[in-house]
Amino acid sequence: MQILRPGDILPSEITPRALFEDRRRFLLGAGATLAAGAAMWAGLPSEARAAAAKLGPLARSPFSSDESQTPYKSVTTYNNYYEFGTDKEDPAANAGKLQVRPWTVRVEGLAGKPRTFDIDDLLKLAPLEERIYRLRCVEAWSMVIPWVGFPLSALLRQVDPQGSARYVEFVTHYDPQIMMRRPVLDWPYTEGLRMDEAMHPLTLLTLGLYGEVLPNQNGAPVRVVVPWKYGFKSAKSIVAIRLVEKEPRTAWNKSAPSEYGFYSNVNPNVDHPRWSQATERRIGEFRKRPTLMFNGYAEQVASLYQGMDLRKLF
Amino acid sequence: MTKTPSAAQLAAIKALLFALCLVPFALYMQRWFDDALGANPIEAITRGSGDWTLRFLLITLAVTPLRKLTGLNWLLRLRRMLGLFAFFYASLHFTTYFWLDQFFDLQSIAHDIMKRPFITVGFSAFVLLVPLAVTSNNYAIRRLGGRRWQSLHRSVYAIGILAIVHYWWLVKADILEPMIYGLILAALLGMRGWWREQERRRQLAASMPRPMPGGKVIPLVAKSSR
Repeated sequence: MQILRPGDILPSEITPRALFEDRRRFLLGAGATLAAGAAMWAGLPSEARAAAAKLGPLARSPFSSDESQTPYKSVTTYNNYYEFGTDKEDPAANAGKLQVRPWTVRVEGLAGKPRTFDIDDLLKLAPLEERIYRLRCVEAWSMVIPWVGFPLSALLRQVDPQGSARYVEFVTHYDPQIMMRRPVLDWPYTEGLRMDEAMHPLTLLTLGLYGEVLPNQNGAPVRVVVPWKYGFKSAKSIVAIRLVEKEPRTAWNKSAPSEYGFYSNVNPNVDHPRWSQATERRIGEFRKRPTLMFNGYAEQVASLYQGMDLRKLF
Repeated sequence: MTKTPSAAQLAAIKALLFALCLVPFALYMQRWFDDALGANPIEAITRGSGDWTLRFLLITLAVTPLRKLTGLNWLLRLRRMLGLFAFFYASLHFTTYFWLDQFFDLQSIAHDIMKRPFITVGFSAFVLLVPLAVTSNNYAIRRLGGRRWQSLHRSVYAIGILAIVHYWWLVKADILEPMIYGLILAALLGMRGWWREQERRRQLAASMPRPMPGGKVIPLVAKSSR
């Protein structure tokens, strides 16, 4: 297994995001009048980001990428979260209505000790790690995001999965009062993984990003991140995790089975019927770059799929 | 109401309309240079130019129905400019794809055009627009003759349908917007079909043999209210 060399300093420890994001405004302000600019710089940060709570301490992970990270602003304003609207800016505009406390996650099904976890217990269930992962969307764009969480396997082990549990189904929050009512997808959004995928050390139960709790539009308060699969496999705002025997149906697969398979591993050689998956645009970059098999995680996960025809089981 | 503007007034209206048609372009340019197009500016430009192509196609196709409904015949004098702006935005849309998105990767573009139905359809619509743009001048009308020119330019109906299909096949799941555009196009084309049918019946009625003495005249079509 390839161990990537982690950076010496956690990104969240470098420049406070407040100062970083305001650098442009600061420069503009300073250009006008130095005093006014400085006053604005001093005044803004605390107001702008009162909401986001810091998470920590965070352990570094050998799975982290050392590629340059997609700016926080892009990560939190360019989202696919259809329950809050189908345009990329919609979730950032509408997800504020989501109440993330109180919040519980039922872990049920074929488990010896099924249990409902309170979100605050989840935050303390295992040591939090920072995992800088590539995210590849099925729409051929990608990001590099410093997630915060711990392996999903740590949670699943708590409920003692039975031998017959071969798949894991994720059920996400759906509240028609605050979310889309049109049946664009079959709400609630559900996703699934094979048990060995769910137990893989890369599969992250995710509670934060950039060292802070998850913003609502990124799937607060708890989601999964499966970095070698297209982004839609990483279910957001999870309320139940079910251990099941049969392969669960998933929201996008129900919507268009010929376009979104159960596995949906990032694969530059298998095109989506309507667009090529050979290349991707990294958000913030101009030219497209080649897409890597399993999104660059082949060394870690290729063995899960040995002997499988990934063209058929796309 | 049906007063026709003078030549000077019409020139002023055209100048104003020209400036108005450039507003979306100007706004996108400004946002591009201000880095205000969000996380994925190339996608934003691609979508924006596509949206405005479709809007200008529909506006152009709305001129004839609007003229018939209002009796403002001079509106016809604005149609050429609107149609050429549809082509302008379509060219920007295509250029964005060709340059910013694909970066002149001819092999990938050819592959897209042949293998991805939504791109096949969009590209066909763009290709079909070219002869219409080229013949949007008085010289071409004289050269082709009014009848031939008109039948050539009727291909804009097919282009409108192709553009809607292009959009419909592109969206992943939420077909609301292509459906709205599609309904507007259906209404604009439907009105033409209905009027044509009325005209056909009127001509049929006019060419009918006189009723025999003692017979009764059955009006096939209600008299025009105008």
